Amino acid sequence: MSTTITAVPTKPWQASKRERALDTGIFLAAITTSFLVVALTSMKGKLAYFTIFFIAYALLTSVFKATQRGSAAAKDAFVNSLVAIGAIVTVIPVASILDTVLRKGLPGISFNLFTHDMALATPTDPLNNGGLLHAITGTLTMVAIALFLSVPIGILTALYLTEIKGRFTGPIRFLVQAMSGVPSIVAGLFILSAILYPITKAYSGLMGSLSLTILMIPTIARTSEEVLNLIPNELREAGTALGGTQWRTVAMIVLPAARSGLVTAIILGVARIAGETAPILLLTGGGDKVNPNAFSGPMGSLPYYIWKSFNAGSPEAITRAWAGLLVLVGLVLILFTSARYLGSRKVAK
Amino acid sequence: MTTSHESEKETMDTSVKPSSLADVAQAKPTKVPGTRALGTGLETRGVHAWFGKHHALSNISLDFAAGTVTALIGPSGCGKSTFIRTINRMHEFIPTAAMAGEVLLDGKDVYAPGTDVTKIRLQIGMVFQKPNPFPSMTIGENVLSGLKLAQIKVDNKDDLLEESLERAGLWSEVKDRLGAHGGSLSGGQQQRLCIARALAVRPQVLLMDEPCSALDPGSTLRIEVTIRHLSDTMTIIIVTHNMQQAARVSDYTAFFLSDGGPGQMIEVAPTSEIFSRPQDQRTENYVTGRFG
Amino acid sequence: MSVQELLIPKPREITTEPRFSDKVFRGVVTTGGLSSLLLLGLIALFLGYRGFEVLRQEGIGFITHADWSISTDDAGNVLESHFGLAAMLVGTILCSLIAVAIALPISVFCALFLNFYAPGWLKKIMVTIIDMMAAFPSILFGIWGFLVLMPSVEYWAKLLHKYLGFMPFFKMQVPFYTRSPFVAGVVLAIMIIPIITSVSREIFSQAPLDRIQAAYALGATRWAMIKAVVIPHGRSGVIGGAMLGLGRAMGETVAVFTVLNIVFQINWQMLLGAGGNVASLIILKFGDASPYEIKALMAAGLVLFAMTLIVNALANLIVRTTGKSGR
Repeated sequence: MSTTITAVPTKPWQASKRERALDTGIFLAAITTSFLVVALTSMKGKLAYFTIFFIAYALLTSVFKATQRGSAAAKDAFVNSLVAIGAIVTVIPVASILDTVLRKGLPGISFNLFTHDMALATPTDPLNNGGLLHAITGTLTMVAIALFLSVPIGILTALYLTEIKGRFTGPIRFLVQAMSGVPSIVAGLFILSAILYPITKAYSGLMGSLSLTILMIPTIARTSEEVLNLIPNELREAGTALGGTQWRTVAMIVLPAARSGLVTAIILGVARIAGETAPILLLTGGGDKVNPNAFSGPMGSLPYYIWKSFNAGSPEAITRAWAGLLVLVGLVLILFTSARYLGSRKVAK
Repeated sequence: MTTSHESEKETMDTSVKPSSLADVAQAKPTKVPGTRALGTGLETRGVHAWFGKHHALSNISLDFAAGTVTALIGPSGCGKSTFIRTINRMHEFIPTAAMAGEVLLDGKDVYAPGTDVTKIRLQIGMVFQKPNPFPSMTIGENVLSGLKLAQIKVDNKDDLLEESLERAGLWSEVKDRLGAHGGSLSGGQQQRLCIARALAVRPQVLLMDEPCSALDPGSTLRIEVTIRHLSDTMTIIIVTHNMQQAARVSDYTAFFLSDGGPGQMIEVAPTSEIFSRPQDQRTENYVTGRFG
Repeated sequence: MSVQELLIPKPREITTEPRFSDKVFRGVVTTGGLSSLLLLGLIALFLGYRGFEVLRQEGIGFITHADWSISTDDAGNVLESHFGLAAMLVGTILCSLIAVAIALPISVFCALFLNFYAPGWLKKIMVTIIDMMAAFPSILFGIWGFLVLMPSVEYWAKLLHKYLGFMPFFKMQVPFYTRSPFVAGVVLAIMIIPIITSVSREIFSQAPLDRIQAAYALGATRWAMIKAVVIPHGRSGVIGGAMLGLGRAMGETVAVFTVLNIVFQINWQMLLGAGGNVASLIILKFGDASPYEIKALMAAGLVLFAMTLIVNALANLIVRTTGKSGR
């Protein structure tokens, strides 16, 4: 009777215990070095710890690898550290921003914030006076009008690029890409010079919406074009082969198939403009009262409210600004998350 | 209504599970042009096709008898697919495309000025190489999508739905889940769904562009059975790379070949003759597997 | 054979008479597509039209002189005016170059990390975070930069001056570090990191897998593989991404305005608390500008528009051509 040998699955390419212990050792050595250096020299602060730790870690791993496997491995180890630093440095600001907004914004959040406007209050008043109802309604109104105007133009542009493919495809695609780089302040100046001064001669929410429309069109058009390009051509052919006209095929097959992607495009467009500040400062007049009419009278908005409170400078006003930022960031994050969710669902199907 | 359905179902059921390839061939009745007044007369006269400067297809004249299945065989790149796409005017979607000659449907040129292209495509249905059910629609909606696309009104949609699926040999498998998405079906079922979709607008001619090339042998067999049944009521043209398939399902076979220049039709004859006594040496080389 | 060739007929004219509904559809879609084309033209036209008077009066001095002053009498008539953008242009270029110089290496390393180092779960989380960062409003970066980041950055600036002051670009005469172009550059860098990272990530992920595996099979370390395959493949795409970031940095308004001390004086010393930015100038002067000064601001907007448009167009061109040749 021979003994049966049962094969045990192993992963020999994974780091062994000894290697992991060595890695941890180098890591700890680097931390110790950074503490020692900061303690013994005149350097101080978080930056000093961070920099010295990084330099020490990168050098220690490189030297260690060099003794073990030569210079190529040392370079590889050094780049490993560099790459990790790149990733960490990218994430730190986001963490810091979210942390600050939450910490400084939460004390300013209260119930009356969502039920009152600033008609009878100034930014420097105590926090229980006034609120940002006018700003929320204003932002929602302007975004709604901008949506109403930019969604048709953006999606029609994308349809022109993917379905019609006419003579202007090249120039339109190029200019839509260039347009997505138009600074928001230029969009504001354009509305100012083309509509506000010659025609309406007064600040209003509508003017703000128009500038937001200009900024939103390229986002929607570009993302929608990408989505529509993903719809396989066979579906269009099948529709035509069944006797559908181009219009019926696009309306009944192409657009429904791309629906969730198009919704994602629109939400991303909204996220891009909801916090847009510069053109709002130029065009809306930033009223302190809830103004349901976008066509006349100054209209408040979250960015304007934040800007005004921030510039008022007193501790109460700064807290108001942070509370406003928290609400704005919350809004943007909700939009962003729903766009992500819809986008991932599209892939899953 | 019920009796006719039942009898149809019986014939379906016996043939739904063919035990061997021979059964398909056995089910095939011999047909001669003009013996049945079904479907529609379709004829091409001197059809040429170009892509830009490239002359892809030269001088194809073929007569498709009503109620027959014609297989187009030949090596890749010989213009078979281009040819059937000129028949239902899908050819012109390529921006540089051009054509010459005539395609006569019931004696009328489909390329005549003033012809309503969408009407032509309603009369000449098409099934594509890869199954392509519309992803945003359920199975039932897919079958009836042609009616919505062409804005055709029918009185009894449910009957048409059942009839189309029945003719495509899919009814018994999907009748309980018509509300499911087309994508939930297997590849072979999806292709039969696409056939049902093409049948729902009641075309007189059905073009099939390698309908089984993306499917496994079992599904292929099911579709071949379906084709045999459909040929009782309509004219079918099928492009295939599979010579056994051509032999099993078709009444007539046309052999296409390109000798570096534009694709040409070398020979057309009743299928049994093409495979047993081809007139042209090149046809014989191809069907006996000596090249291609 | 020759007989048959003689018989090849002329191609037929295919007359497709589209249905009325299709004609309407194509008409509507074409109009929609052209309207976005039209908008861009209109922007240039209107800004140019409004700013024409100022541009004609100042001539080339509008971009070479550095003073911005206007005096009016009580009735509002213009007595004397000097409009020169030079200080603002220099400031714009300085700030955005600092931003790209900081953001580019960080973004490239981050993109390499995401593509070749990070495990799947970490990559997913980080891509989400970076995309989210791109959606943050600029006023958030501005206020966070002013209240949270600026104190630390001033401290870094002092260190740079102390230890690296011998280098020409870290030199400064007056030790005044507050609200310098360096601070604005750091804030802008944080804002454009997501842009450059996602473009680089996209380009790196298109690096041909067979060549990557070939490099590994030859015994390359990960870094040697990246140097041999990924960097050559993605170099120009990364440059395009950096230019997209540059375009965004040049046009940024609110974030720069909050952290920069705007002075009408050409200043190339990046640590000195005096700088400029065309977009911030417009916000700064707009509030109490006379009608004539508004025209000057429109002209400034036109210059900014032209600058960003050129940078963006070039960037898109570079990114697109690399994307194609990479396949």
